[in-house]
Amino acid sequence: MIGINEVIETNEMIHKLNLDVRTITMGISLLDCVGADVKETCDKIYEKITSSAKNLVKVGNEISDKYGIPIVNKRISVTPIALVGGSVCKTEEDFIEIAKKLDEAATVCGVNFIGGYSALVSKGMTKADELLIRSIPKALACTGRVCSSVNTGSTKTGINMDAVKLIGEIICETAELTKDNDSLGCAKFVVFCNAPDDNPFMAGAFHGVTEADRIINVGVSGPGVVKAAIEHARGENFEVLCETIKKTAFKITRVGQLVAKEASERLGVPFGIIDLSLAPTPAVGDSVGEILEEIGLEYAGAPGTTAALAMLNDQVKKGGVMASSYVGGLSGAFIPVSEDQRMIDAVSAGALTLEKLEAMTCVCSVGLDMIAIPGDTKATTISGIIADEMALGMVNQKTTAVRIIPVIGKTVGDKAEFGGLLGYAPIMPVNQYSCEKFINRGGRIPAPIHSFKN
Amino acid sequence: MKKTIITVLGKDKVGIIAKVCVYLSQNNINILDIAQTIVDGYFNMMMVVDISEASKDQSRINEELGDLGDEIGVQIRAQSEEIFNMMHRL
Repeated sequence: MIGINEVIETNEMIHKLNLDVRTITMGISLLDCVGADVKETCDKIYEKITSSAKNLVKVGNEISDKYGIPIVNKRISVTPIALVGGSVCKTEEDFIEIAKKLDEAATVCGVNFIGGYSALVSKGMTKADELLIRSIPKALACTGRVCSSVNTGSTKTGINMDAVKLIGEIICETAELTKDNDSLGCAKFVVFCNAPDDNPFMAGAFHGVTEADRIINVGVSGPGVVKAAIEHARGENFEVLCETIKKTAFKITRVGQLVAKEASERLGVPFGIIDLSLAPTPAVGDSVGEILEEIGLEYAGAPGTTAALAMLNDQVKKGGVMASSYVGGLSGAFIPVSEDQRMIDAVSAGALTLEKLEAMTCVCSVGLDMIAIPGDTKATTISGIIADEMALGMVNQKTTAVRIIPVIGKTVGDKAEFGGLLGYAPIMPVNQYSCEKFINRGGRIPAPIHSFKN
Repeated sequence: MKKTIITVLGKDKVGIIAKVCVYLSQNNINILDIAQTIVDGYFNMMMVVDISEASKDQSRINEELGDLGDEIGVQIRAQSEEIFNMMHRL
């Protein structure tokens, strides 16, 4: 029988320390939705999404009620649209029609985001891939819930530098088209290296082609719980600290496993994976930056930050892996700047720079996330930042990503306001030296030597 | 059997248990066990109940227990026992 102290501990985690299940994401394959023309394809997509996910929000709320645990987001990910629309979309506008249909389907299902307006171009771009990528700025400007991603590199294929160059321009264009909202469109777009097929977190979620027809993936969170647990390990050595984080991660992940199994049963959709991530929100006490401070750093970004983060990330995985039957997605600590109050504070204090964040992304999931930069940053500079991040992922055989927002009309010293879960961010300075000749070379960077394992 | 844990948290006063028990009996919910403790000056009570024969569904029970808590001036929650088992038992 469960004891009263265990019940109190769980409820304190939920009510005082912001423990929640961050997202239940239903992955839906749209490969069987290709029609004779754009309209028929759109209709089939709409029908499949709305019939598959019609009960997603309702079931999420019922499970939340049953266990007394908040399930913050219910979301949908779909097959990369460049693949689905490839045969029928002949223009950018054709792809934008699909984006609008996805938005409509998401609204009807009551989910706050739908991911998968994506292209996988780690080695090369088909005509359809390129059309989709070029349509991203308009698609993100004219929809509210659609999220987009492009995979531009992998350890096995190297980096598609043509795509990286193009993405730099696309990000600038997206920023321009959504400048009235602090270039919010860019917050719904991620560029990846080694993108996972089963990531439940936005903006980078898509339903990979290796997946089943439909699948339930769950993302857990709980930075506040980890922070509170390690308060009890103040002054203790690393062994004690690591044990504390592992035990806490185990408990957090078990809740995710419970919710995932139940959602899968109730929806009649197979369970895919649990994504063991520490995902912060702008709420006080729900911050990865705060954990780093509790570990012993004055601010995130101080010397020692990369080591502390590497240790944290590893312990979260070690604790979480045993708690779930299948682990996947991104699984690690997220370090988005705008969505984490203590990261924002660290940037404002001058403790955390873009270069330090880049180093931190070598040891955690995922990458440069929700970073606001001056609106007049050159497209080639953005491509250079992306190329660096892709190289880290390619060589270290991990997922890396960039979600960067050149905020039109703002510069260092200003703030960008994105609202809600996306938070706000101080504009960070960017290295002013040019990488134009490097980016303009074109072609691709070959796969690294250690990828040849056959 | 559908075991559910009802927790009551707040300042101690006369009649908390009585009022919760009246609600449970009116809705055909059987009490299996009760434990209580004081943490940081707050009254914490845990009841293990069986809601398999309850006359209402769980979301309704949660809502009404919440309202009852507001009336008494304490927080009352009902959660399926599984969440605690998953977290605290291998």
